Amino acid sequence: MATRDRKRYGSELVGESGRLLPAVGLLGGLAVWWAVTALGSGIITNFAPAAAFAVLADLVVSPAFYDHVFVSVYRFAVALALSLTVGLPIGLVVGYFGAAEKATTVLFQFMRMISPLAWFPIAIIVFGVGTRSAVFIMFMAGVWPVVLNTAHGVATIEDDWITVGESLGGDTRALLRRVVVPAVIPDMLTGVRLSIGILWIILVPAEMLGVNTGLGYLILDARDRFAYAEIPAVMLVIGTIGFALDAAVRRLHARRTWE
Amino acid sequence: MSLESRAATDDGGDEPDARSDAASAVGADAGDADRRADDAASVVADDLTKRYDDTLVFDGLDLSVAPGEVCCLLGPSGCGKTTLLHLLAGLEDPTDGRVEIDGEAVTGPDYRWGVVFQDPLLYPWLSVRENVEIGPRLRGEEPDPDHVDELLELVGLDGVEDADTSDLSGGMAQRASLARTLANEPEVLLLDEPFSALDQLTKMELQDELLRIVDELGVTTVFVTHDIDEAVYLGDRVAVMGPVPAGIERVESIDSETRSRGDEAFVEERAAVFEHLEAVGIQ
Repeated sequence: MATRDRKRYGSELVGESGRLLPAVGLLGGLAVWWAVTALGSGIITNFAPAAAFAVLADLVVSPAFYDHVFVSVYRFAVALALSLTVGLPIGLVVGYFGAAEKATTVLFQFMRMISPLAWFPIAIIVFGVGTRSAVFIMFMAGVWPVVLNTAHGVATIEDDWITVGESLGGDTRALLRRVVVPAVIPDMLTGVRLSIGILWIILVPAEMLGVNTGLGYLILDARDRFAYAEIPAVMLVIGTIGFALDAAVRRLHARRTWE
Repeated sequence: MSLESRAATDDGGDEPDARSDAASAVGADAGDADRRADDAASVVADDLTKRYDDTLVFDGLDLSVAPGEVCCLLGPSGCGKTTLLHLLAGLEDPTDGRVEIDGEAVTGPDYRWGVVFQDPLLYPWLSVRENVEIGPRLRGEEPDPDHVDELLELVGLDGVEDADTSDLSGGMAQRASLARTLANEPEVLLLDEPFSALDQLTKMELQDELLRIVDELGVTTVFVTHDIDEAVYLGDRVAVMGPVPAGIERVESIDSETRSRGDEAFVEERAAVFEHLEAVGIQ
């Protein structure tokens, strides 16, 4: 409600266009970025927006750069697939059986609080240097929102919906397929959306530790090559892809939510 | 108490015949309604006792609803009428006694005894039409599109079949809920105060439509309500329940052939039944 009121308030200020205010915000951010690098002195001036956009223009026409983008997106996709494959069934079981929920709540909250990066040495020892370690670290971060939101969705499903389904003649399997799963989808998608955000954030540090491809690696590599302007340029790419991913899943979420 | 309910049930024993005749008369121009009327099932509650922990809801309750009959369960809130309906529907187990539908013991919910709940409880992720189709689908059958069309028309929802359930008014949602239950072609229709949340005009409209539909399908109907007006208008018989744990205190027969809000005889009779019921202590 509050957001709706604010939206109406905002649209009075800018007319019917909903694009103006976000653009103002982006320009504001750009201005701060420019001010900090232009008014500062020393090494910080290397990170100025003009230089960054110049490097970005070169990067987006460079085939080698896309190799890094694709490998990052690939790792992200594998980690997401893994998080869903493991997280959805666990979430369904934990949400459905009260005993399973009681047994796992403390464990999951405990595990969730261990930074996924803390797993890094173990990952390297077990999986060796490479994509598998990076994916494992991302998975350790991304699986929890899927588990917890799915479980919450199953646990809070309206009992009456089940009762109706039973009285209409559905057996357990039919009820699961036609009532429980569709009823839980909005919560699942909330979990997926949170997971996507976390996975994309963890991708960068995961790629800084033990791989030599990908956007995270590229940032460290740029530093080592003293190509300072490349760092904010890559950051812009990371932000753009993450924003697009979130927008896509948010649209999906809006379509599948009925309230 | 159980003796009294038995006696009361017997009082109404000859009423269902009159009702069946009425149903057939209406059914004659309704195509296959006669076939369905023949399929109609009896509902029998035999020496039914229900207890929650230390609350006795009723004890040794008997009720017999003839095939094709509309029986209203009338009583003040908390009298156990919804509990009784749940027992008839197999949604709850009796502490003692048994329920039989069409001679078969009720041990759990079944599509053959369809329930319409107080809230429409439509599935919000499905369209109106998909909600009506969900019964057959839950039973692993492909819904017959013609039958679904018929039902949507029967409840007056043709034209909004693709709408989201959240766009329906309360009355329309309850129509959809009724159609959803009817899509299973139940032998018995069990309704739990389905119109109690609706405004008076919508309620009257839906009462008339329910009567029309029940007449057309010839389906045995048990209708729970706390509204005397509604019970007398809809029921061939009205079973009056007293405060817990009284159970069914008496059963009134209503002359359904003169049923019309405008018919003077009916209005008079209703007034008489009203007084009767009020004397029993329902307000």
